[in-house]
Amino acid sequence: MNFVRAVVTEVLGLFIDDGNLALLSLCLVALVTVLIKFLGLPPIFGGLLLLLGCLAILAESALRAGRSRR
Amino acid sequence: MNGMTAVLPTVVASFLASFVEVVEAFTIVLAVGLTQSWRPAFIGSGLALVVLAALVIIFGPLLGLVPIEVLQFSVGALLILFGMRWLRKAVLRAVGVIALHDEEKAFAKETEALHRQARESRADFLAGVAAFKAVLLEGVEVVFIVIAVGTAHGLTLYASLGAVAALVVVLAIGIVVHRPLSRVPENTLKFVVGLMLTTFGIFWTGEGLGVEWPGADLSLLGIFAILAAASLALVRWLTNVRSLLAAEAAE
Repeated sequence: MNFVRAVVTEVLGLFIDDGNLALLSLCLVALVTVLIKFLGLPPIFGGLLLLLGCLAILAESALRAGRSRR
Repeated sequence: MNGMTAVLPTVVASFLASFVEVVEAFTIVLAVGLTQSWRPAFIGSGLALVVLAALVIIFGPLLGLVPIEVLQFSVGALLILFGMRWLRKAVLRAVGVIALHDEEKAFAKETEALHRQARESRADFLAGVAAFKAVLLEGVEVVFIVIAVGTAHGLTLYASLGAVAALVVVLAIGIVVHRPLSRVPENTLKFVVGLMLTTFGIFWTGEGLGVEWPGADLSLLGIFAILAAASLALVRWLTNVRSLLAAEAAE
């Protein structure tokens, strides 16, 4: 049972380390999807938003971790 | 579509990511082999490889049934999560917020645990389980990476070749040096892999949503360059901030 839990934890851990980072990334993907598919944003701008959004989320997460572990 | 601009990044990403994972699994298997004996090390590793092969055989063909746009979008989103996680950790390690992964330390920890179990009647079994767990858990990451970077463009074979090459290289070096591969620049590799996986993630999520990237596959290089430049700037900035804060605290 412990082993199964370890495998499940490991698989989830592949994608989620900092919960905020994962949540914000999913929200970003959802936002870009809505903007392109339902609000008519030209796809290329959606792609750029995805790239810039990922960078902003990474910076926020790293900065937060730096502050909390000082 | 499957020109060198897509094949090369796929093989390199798969090779580097698998290399890091195989090094970590190798450390544990080596500890089992040297501390207990090679029999449980080989049996545990072998069984894990069989389970991993079964996962690929079962789930690989199922992915072929998923429409390509859905596959690109879902694999891309997962790769963004996966790659950003690697990238964040690499940035934090480069800045010194979290400690670098140390294979010598991991080896010593595993060896100590095995020594403690050595007097138990089922010591061989426990050692085999340790090898099995290490290979399976690191291997699951390798399988995901191979499927994720390979599937969306039909390059699973090339991605698999990258992973197999990593396994061969690590084993070859390991057999020669016969000790944990602690001199591998793991954080640099993880930094590059994080950048590559995030690049693939953004590219495929975009393609799944209908984005026509300028230059098609060539834009992978552009996305990678932007991510790399921004991440390095982030490392430099965070390092400066930490130095300033440390200097203020010292005054």
